[in-house]
Amino acid sequence: MRRGRLTGYWLMLPAALWLGLFFVIPFYSLLATSLYDPEGSVLTGYDVSYRFANFVDALEQFWEPLVRSLWYAAVATAICLVLGYVLAYAIAFKAGRWRTLLLVLVIAPFFTSFLVRTLSWKLILADDGFVVETLQFLHLLGEDGRLLATPVAVIAGLVYNFLPFMVLPLYASLEKIDGRLIEAAGDLYASPSRGFLKVTLPLSKPGVVAGTLLTFIPAAGDYINAALLGSPNQRMLGNVIQNLFTTTGDYAVAGALSVTLMAIIVAMVMVYIRTAGTEELV
Amino acid sequence: MSLAADRASERSSERPAGAGRDLRLAALTKEFATFTAVRSLDLEIPAGTFFALLGPSGCGKTTTLRMVAGLERPTSGTIHLGDDEITYEKPYRRPVNTVFQSYALFPHLDIHENVAFGLRRRKVKDVDRQVQEMLALVELEGQARKRPPQLSGGQQQRVALARALINRPEVLLLDEPLGALDLKLRRSMQLEIKRIQTEVGLTFVHVTHDQEEAMTMADTIAVMNGGVIEQLGSPAELYENPRTTFVANFLGQSNLIAGTISSAEGDLVRVDMHGTQVSIPADRAHVHSGAGWVGIRPEKVLIAPAGEPIDAPGNHMSGGVITDVSFVGVSTQYLVRMPWGQELMAFEQNTGRRAVLDSGTPVDVSWRPEFAFLLPATQDVNAGVVEES
Repeated sequence: MRRGRLTGYWLMLPAALWLGLFFVIPFYSLLATSLYDPEGSVLTGYDVSYRFANFVDALEQFWEPLVRSLWYAAVATAICLVLGYVLAYAIAFKAGRWRTLLLVLVIAPFFTSFLVRTLSWKLILADDGFVVETLQFLHLLGEDGRLLATPVAVIAGLVYNFLPFMVLPLYASLEKIDGRLIEAAGDLYASPSRGFLKVTLPLSKPGVVAGTLLTFIPAAGDYINAALLGSPNQRMLGNVIQNLFTTTGDYAVAGALSVTLMAIIVAMVMVYIRTAGTEELV
Repeated sequence: MSLAADRASERSSERPAGAGRDLRLAALTKEFATFTAVRSLDLEIPAGTFFALLGPSGCGKTTTLRMVAGLERPTSGTIHLGDDEITYEKPYRRPVNTVFQSYALFPHLDIHENVAFGLRRRKVKDVDRQVQEMLALVELEGQARKRPPQLSGGQQQRVALARALINRPEVLLLDEPLGALDLKLRRSMQLEIKRIQTEVGLTFVHVTHDQEEAMTMADTIAVMNGGVIEQLGSPAELYENPRTTFVANFLGQSNLIAGTISSAEGDLVRVDMHGTQVSIPADRAHVHSGAGWVGIRPEKVLIAPAGEPIDAPGNHMSGGVITDVSFVGVSTQYLVRMPWGQELMAFEQNTGRRAVLDSGTPVDVSWRPEFAFLLPATQDVNAGVVEES
């Protein structure tokens, strides 16, 4: 028995090392950065001064991009959920022999880099591009109306880039649903729409939870879409942090913002998972 | 619309038990891309009966059931419930419910809500009381707040039954409902379902490949093979007087012995069977001239050591030799090789009247003519033979 207990610890070692190396150490370093003395500079060096006021400074200055980040991420996640659910449902139940091909197509964008894909959206949404011109022709967009440098472009970019992270977990949970359960719902007087609401949707909840988390979390921290498709008015927290770290060199505030965003996301996720109650589902 | 509404109110739970209507299938056919599952099936199932569709896998029995449930669209033919045609009616508009083979319980709902599902969809009042009564009927009152995976197979089976039954359907369909249970539990559930059917008085249509199950439970059995009904009747009728070799072999076991009809006069048909003249009552002879298979159930075959008397007047043959003896407790099963080389099965109750005979013993064989039956030689002698597992 004793030997058995020790074996367990030995087997945990690789995972513990992994976590230590790639989570604990970087996270500790980030936390330390957020508590630097802001007087420090590259030349004079930095001291960990446990200056919690960094957080107050950071939020006072940058609450606006923080709120915007969460708001854009929420809107993008909601749009992804609707589009992704329809797509995943169609692939899982209606695609027949095209299923594999469609799944490959969902993943296909990953074959090129995130940056290149977002840059190409910059071309697609350009002021003299066909999308803007078509919208102007249809009078959906004014004479000098544009898409680039608007929230629409940034959110569209987020939706585009994170849609696969929504589709794949949704597909995985929809595909697992036993078709006989849907037949049983029909047999028990549920019309197709009632059957969907009472059986399919609740059974796909693990996919909905996983998909929304996998979309919302990276979208809230994203800066590429706002940088390439937006203007300073659509600045998200990621852009601010990037700027503070690489241009201004204000490590303390940048660290404080990073830690804040992380804390907010963790808190939101915990509330979300608790309300969604996925642990009851197999 | 108003018609649909009328029908919806008709099947409300207030309808008294036994007020269901006859189920009628006419020329019902289902063709799939590569084969025909059901071929022009005609069937009438009177209200309130326990009806079994019995057959090997792939015989079309489940497809027939699914067409009645509305889960499969017939290629042609009609389904009537009383005077209403329901052939193409949507499943959720039919007063028909199904107990699925694998139960198909909703894993995200507890037992109470699983059973309440149909009532809630129809916006029936007083759901909780009805669910409690139904759970009491299937003896699961204490499990109401558990989820399906927390129950045993037998309990899940009873939830599936309760979930369908609570809607008081005019026809309850059971698709191999006991297939997943072990033998002992299956036996007790057979009696349980039979008891519930008698109690509620609804029409039950039960699909199974287990002939013993069909005989235990059903009032009427339709034996299906290759998409058609081979024979329909009470369990005793089918067993005692099968009309085809398939039924003779699939329902229990039969000795089928080649013979030639020598005369058919009055109520007796005489057959020359490898030199022995045997007679068969005319109503049990399903061919009246030419060649035929003489059929006799193994437990109707009596044997005795050569020369000793057998107390069965009638068809008597000598020259048999016991080639195999299996003692199975309540009975002993003998294989007897006859002079023409065929091995006959003879099952004998272990009453203790005589010691078990040894392999190699020369024996005489006899049976009473009223137990034999005669089938056309054109039918395959091995049709419906069930591989012993």
